[in-house]
Amino acid sequence: MSDIEHPGENTHSGIWAQPVDTLDAGDAPEGLTAINIQGRRAIGALQGFGQLWKKTYKVRLTGVKHSTMEVMQVWKENFALFQPPGNRFYLPSDGVTPGKIMWIDSPLPVAPPFYDKPGIVPMTSGVVILYADDESFSVMTPEGFPVSGWNNFSVFEEEDGSLVAQVQSFERASDPIYEFGFRFMGGAARQEFIWTNVLTRLAEYLGVKSQVTMERECLDPSIQWAYTGRVLQNAGVRTTLHKAAAPIRWVLRLFRGR
Amino acid sequence: MSKPNITLNVRQTRPDTSVIDIQGEINAFAENTLMDAYTLATNNGARYIVLNFEKLDYMNSSGIGLLVTLLIRTQRQKQRLLAFGLNDHYRQIFELTRLNEAITIFPSEEEALAVAI
Repeated sequence: MSDIEHPGENTHSGIWAQPVDTLDAGDAPEGLTAINIQGRRAIGALQGFGQLWKKTYKVRLTGVKHSTMEVMQVWKENFALFQPPGNRFYLPSDGVTPGKIMWIDSPLPVAPPFYDKPGIVPMTSGVVILYADDESFSVMTPEGFPVSGWNNFSVFEEEDGSLVAQVQSFERASDPIYEFGFRFMGGAARQEFIWTNVLTRLAEYLGVKSQVTMERECLDPSIQWAYTGRVLQNAGVRTTLHKAAAPIRWVLRLFRGR
Repeated sequence: MSKPNITLNVRQTRPDTSVIDIQGEINAFAENTLMDAYTLATNNGARYIVLNFEKLDYMNSSGIGLLVTLLIRTQRQKQRLLAFGLNDHYRQIFELTRLNEAITIFPSEEEALAVAI
């Protein structure tokens, strides 16, 4: 027998979402469609199509005179504000609450050189808030979202007393279209730009200018071909078709109104 | 300051099977400890790695990432990862995160080891 031991302090207790068979979109923000959330299942990184990546983004908040909990509170309250242009997040009315949907309206890029600009392929979906405590929260993706997996947002203290804000993702591209997009159309670069930008803006909000570091690790390079069929749930395709069909829906409403 | 709060005990129950007894908290700070335990079990020749959650105090969402990392490593080594001792709350979390689709959960150590034969 062998013991590996690290006794330490108790951490804060948190709240997990309740398991549900399918997601309930609730009230959609003005102008957004629920077609990519309502009735969808939440899926993790084990149920995606593409390579499994672990990406860790960190920013040191040197000199910030707040506790980890205070910084996390600021982050939760301003989560949508810290997003780059074109990446619109809509928090639940009661904030970061496990089980609730965080809506996302974020057009997808089509070319690598423009990863830092808003994309042009419409994509409306959301993520379910999986877990929250005073120093962290996590979200999980629905079927059809560009990635399948989890994002964890946390604030912690390092040994020298400095605070660090971190975004960590475990995810695969959900289907072959997204995997192609991540590899060849600027999708991965866009994603990395988004989280780097979020952490930079969080630091600036707290009065700190600090470089964001990013580490990426391919945990599993294999493709999970069994999930090829997820293309039928692709939120980018479905949002685009939904918008394109808007005139038809308008005409049908006119006829029904008669 | 947050530090690891976890104790792991690696027991070799058969030449090809190791049980990792978990006591404490699974969170981001437990990564090195958990991976050290996995390395020890693998070096012992384990084809089956059984996680014992009976004395798990707490797991936050960072813990899910650790378990996924561990799972992928076992899969790449052609090992199988099993679990027992989850209470109802953590069983729900495994369902919620769909980890239960990749890590088979058993009610007891005996039943987990029976599969590992």
